[in-house]
Amino acid sequence: MTRTDPISRHENRAGLFLVFPTFTLMVLLLLLPTLAVFALSLTDAELGSTTFTFLGLDAYSDLLSDRNFLRAFKNTFIYVGLVSPASVILGLMLALLIEAETDARGFFRSVYFLPVVALVVAMASVWQYLMHPSFGPINLFLNIFGIASINWLGSSDNVLPALAIIGIWQAIGFNMVLFLAGLTGINRDLYAAAEMDGAKTAWSRFWVVTWPMLGPTTLFVITITVINAVKVFETVATLTQGGPAKASEVLLWSIYQEGFVFLHIGTASAMAMVFIVVLLVLLLIQTRLLEKQVHYT
Amino acid sequence: MTTASTHWMRLLRLMILGLGALLMLFPFFFMISTSFKPQSEVFSAGLSLIPQQWAIIANYSKAMTRIPMLQILANGLIVCASIVFFQILFALPCAYALAKLKFKGREFLFGLVLLGLLVPIHAISIPLYTTARYAGLLNTLAILVVPFTLSVFAIFLFRQFIKTIPDDLIMAARTDGLTELAIVWRIILPNAWPSASAFAIFSVVAHWNDLYWPLISVSKMHLATPPLGLLFFRAAEAGDDYGALMAATVLITAPLVLFFLFAQKLFIEGMTMTGLKG
Repeated sequence: MTRTDPISRHENRAGLFLVFPTFTLMVLLLLLPTLAVFALSLTDAELGSTTFTFLGLDAYSDLLSDRNFLRAFKNTFIYVGLVSPASVILGLMLALLIEAETDARGFFRSVYFLPVVALVVAMASVWQYLMHPSFGPINLFLNIFGIASINWLGSSDNVLPALAIIGIWQAIGFNMVLFLAGLTGINRDLYAAAEMDGAKTAWSRFWVVTWPMLGPTTLFVITITVINAVKVFETVATLTQGGPAKASEVLLWSIYQEGFVFLHIGTASAMAMVFIVVLLVLLLIQTRLLEKQVHYT
Repeated sequence: MTTASTHWMRLLRLMILGLGALLMLFPFFFMISTSFKPQSEVFSAGLSLIPQQWAIIANYSKAMTRIPMLQILANGLIVCASIVFFQILFALPCAYALAKLKFKGREFLFGLVLLGLLVPIHAISIPLYTTARYAGLLNTLAILVVPFTLSVFAIFLFRQFIKTIPDDLIMAARTDGLTELAIVWRIILPNAWPSASAFAIFSVVAHWNDLYWPLISVSKMHLATPPLGLLFFRAAEAGDDYGALMAATVLITAPLVLFFLFAQKLFIEGMTMTGLKG
């Protein structure tokens, strides 16, 4: 062990004193529970029963053949695949439009941000009414244009897109303000320089200046959107409970059901470990991409 | 010619933004309008936003009485305020130590912070729940707060900020005889106030919305937070009484939305700042 500069005794003691309460909390609320989830995932533990047997990795191989869990896995990714591109692209477009505005900028920014601060469970209930198959305003609107009513949340074909619409509506405003912050960080002179270099249209200046300069912001917005979408729970719990016929069964809903409704905490822990691995992979992809990215600033 | 085309561009832009704004506000319009309508009209009236018959009192009194609405909103407030208070209380000294002091185990501690950034409450809810059950903490307000008193995100965010505070300032405070703990609360906290308030906004929005943990740890109506309370309301409501349900959603959505409308700059800056540092 080589240390470049020795730790002063005073500083060491002060540091340990300051972090001690928080460190204790970290062990109790984070480290031990995480280890416990892993340990439980190797057993067939059930809540309320005192005996359990050690199964090793059996729970994991069982998950691979558990049709409901695979369904939940697939549904979560379909949901993420619907929500992320739409909310990132729309968030960027809105940010560009609002950035170009002068007087109305604050007004539009607040309007688009409003869904972010509205209670998810409450707004899910509103969407349920809006999407009601017979008297929901959305279908009534569609009827005006001669489009037949759609059974949004009650049909297994439509339920994921319907939940995705709610998810997109919620995520756009947050993505927009993140992009707006990214846009203000771009040096104005770059646009003038690009124009001199022949980027005459706003469209070409976007691709020459804005898009590359926004790279880190875009990557970050994509990551945060994907991670939030993977954690979809509130709308499912409020509106569909995984139905109809498991068509909206998603990862967190499966963990919740398995652990807290069926009380199979061994299996639920294995699912939770899979969930952590999914998040880890997403973060590793982000870090890898961030390292590859050319930094202009 | 150029000015004319920029005018047209602006008009087009405003039209797109206006149309989009209407789409974003569409659920809010119908939420409020439906909360005023009697049940018969909800089923038949079509797209009219203005009720023919008003049922404000009927709907809102159902929303207030079928669940203890004020109690539920108060629970949300108490839980969120306590969470933010403890998060800052625990995070700030730790963040200061990580940013400015050298001590044994610093790398291990920072490793734990990174682990915490990865692992969400959902993944460790099973052992937390089991422990709370054996400790007899289920169905208490405390259990809604305790798991969130540690915010590694706050530690991470504050550490980033405290790193930018000049060492001279801290040295001067030490020369003046301040202890390290006094430095945290008397020098760092006032300087970190923008970060702390940004984090507070972020935390309140997150915990005001959280359904997962309250759903698991609390089953009593009088302890419900707003999302759980609304779920109870929906369960108590057998038919499709959308008027009363929308009245309940209005009441439950209003506090944070009004707070946002009065402090828009603070909210948007707070969410952006915490977002981009995260």
